[in-house]
Amino acid sequence: MSTPAAKAVPETVKRRARPRREIIRRHSWPVRLTHWINALTIFIMVGSGLNIFNAHPRLYWGRAGADLDKPFLALHPWPGWLTIPSYRDLADARHWHFFFAWILVVNGVLYLAWSLASRHIQRNLWPTATDLRAIPSSVYDHIRLRHPTGEAAKRYNVLQRLAYLGLLLLVIGMVVTGLAMSPGFDAFAPWLVHVLGGRQSARTLHFLFAAAIVLFIAVHLIEVVLAGAVNEVRSMITGRYAVPGEHD
Amino acid sequence: MTIVTRRQALFTGLTGTGLLLSGCSRIFQADSLTESASFQRVLAAAQSWTRATQRFLLAGGQMAQEYKPSDISRYFKPNGTYNPGGTDYNRHVAEGFVNWRLRLDGLVSHPLSLSIADLRRLPSRSQITRHDCVEGWSAIGGWSGVPLALLLRAAGVRAGARYVMLYCADSLGGAPEKGGDQSLGKYYESIDLVDAMHPQTLIAYDMNGKPLDVAHGAPLRLRVERQLGYKQAKYVRHIRLVNDFRDIAGGQGGYWEDRGYDWYAGI
Repeated sequence: MSTPAAKAVPETVKRRARPRREIIRRHSWPVRLTHWINALTIFIMVGSGLNIFNAHPRLYWGRAGADLDKPFLALHPWPGWLTIPSYRDLADARHWHFFFAWILVVNGVLYLAWSLASRHIQRNLWPTATDLRAIPSSVYDHIRLRHPTGEAAKRYNVLQRLAYLGLLLLVIGMVVTGLAMSPGFDAFAPWLVHVLGGRQSARTLHFLFAAAIVLFIAVHLIEVVLAGAVNEVRSMITGRYAVPGEHD
Repeated sequence: MTIVTRRQALFTGLTGTGLLLSGCSRIFQADSLTESASFQRVLAAAQSWTRATQRFLLAGGQMAQEYKPSDISRYFKPNGTYNPGGTDYNRHVAEGFVNWRLRLDGLVSHPLSLSIADLRRLPSRSQITRHDCVEGWSAIGGWSGVPLALLLRAAGVRAGARYVMLYCADSLGGAPEKGGDQSLGKYYESIDLVDAMHPQTLIAYDMNGKPLDVAHGAPLRLRVERQLGYKQAKYVRHIRLVNDFRDIAGGQGGYWEDRGYDWYAGI
């Protein structure tokens, strides 16, 4: 449109243009690549896992447990819109689950190997003593939904570090409890089942760890949006991250 | 920087998680992928990786964990067929299975036909093991029977034999809650010689110190520990050594295998 009023608007915007923000390389390519493979894989694992769970939606504690045993937790089957595939099919859900379990493990091993060798974990994830002392103030900032700016925004804050390390532990926990449910693997490592409190305990832990991962994803997505979804998502795709300024 | 209100962020984050989780079937076209034969072949590759890995880890012939008598489940859930029924099977139940014969033939030098009494005279093995159903539950039971390896050695396995087929007296069908197309069929199973020769692989006739009851597979069932429940064929009456099972029934090596489940059930 070419009304005088419409022309006036861009002028105003130009004058209010923000100063150029500093662009840094936020995430290295191995982190970006493994992040997206992991994201896709975990969604498939959760969806197919819930379909598998629906074959027997009860959890027990100990070595054994079936219909007449006292459950640790008895749930209703999950609705089809949450599961992969959307209809009840234990055989197909297992095919999805065990294929992507391999992807998860290979991706996770590559990530861990790279992260330890490049000292990504040691430098960027492991909290320093200063970080740990800052936990109360970081918690307070997060509750007020305040996010670090300037220099502080260039590094992970302490709650981020703990959350990412926690996720790492949870994924390892998923793999370990998953393996402990396999009768073949159990013959190889009976001690593992024993440490976990029995095969049915392993299944219950597998479910609880998965629930914790879903909680992580929810908080993670909220934080991404709060910190600026476009900037954050771009930094995880291209690596380029605009450092939020003090007065933004 | 775009101003994002807290409410917007919380809303987007929470609905985003919900949409991603809930919509994943649609986002990845999971249902149509599941029904695509070529995608199934991709997923099926994982079965080979798992089998190869477990075979490597279990190359030492490791034993499935055995439990104490006090660990035996008070209630051992029967699954699949609870009673094969039919005039033939009912007559065997009425006779106490005295006329039941277990045939062993196929690629063997000396085909066998054994009564339950014959089997009970042979060396036996007893073990208390955990039965893991593919559905997720477990039960611990005590089993006694003849090691399958002993029967196979007595019959003499011929060159070319690769699989042990177990044919059962029951038919199963119409369980749509198990997913997929669950058509009626005779129950059968197959294991390879690695599992058949394992010391814990039994043709079991006793459960928890008593003859097998009908719900648990009377008079004979397979115990192939280190694999899931659907491999533990009940009501076994015919064992056959073959080179290949592709031309038997649905061609996948078992009743559940023909209905989409993995032939290797170590996971």
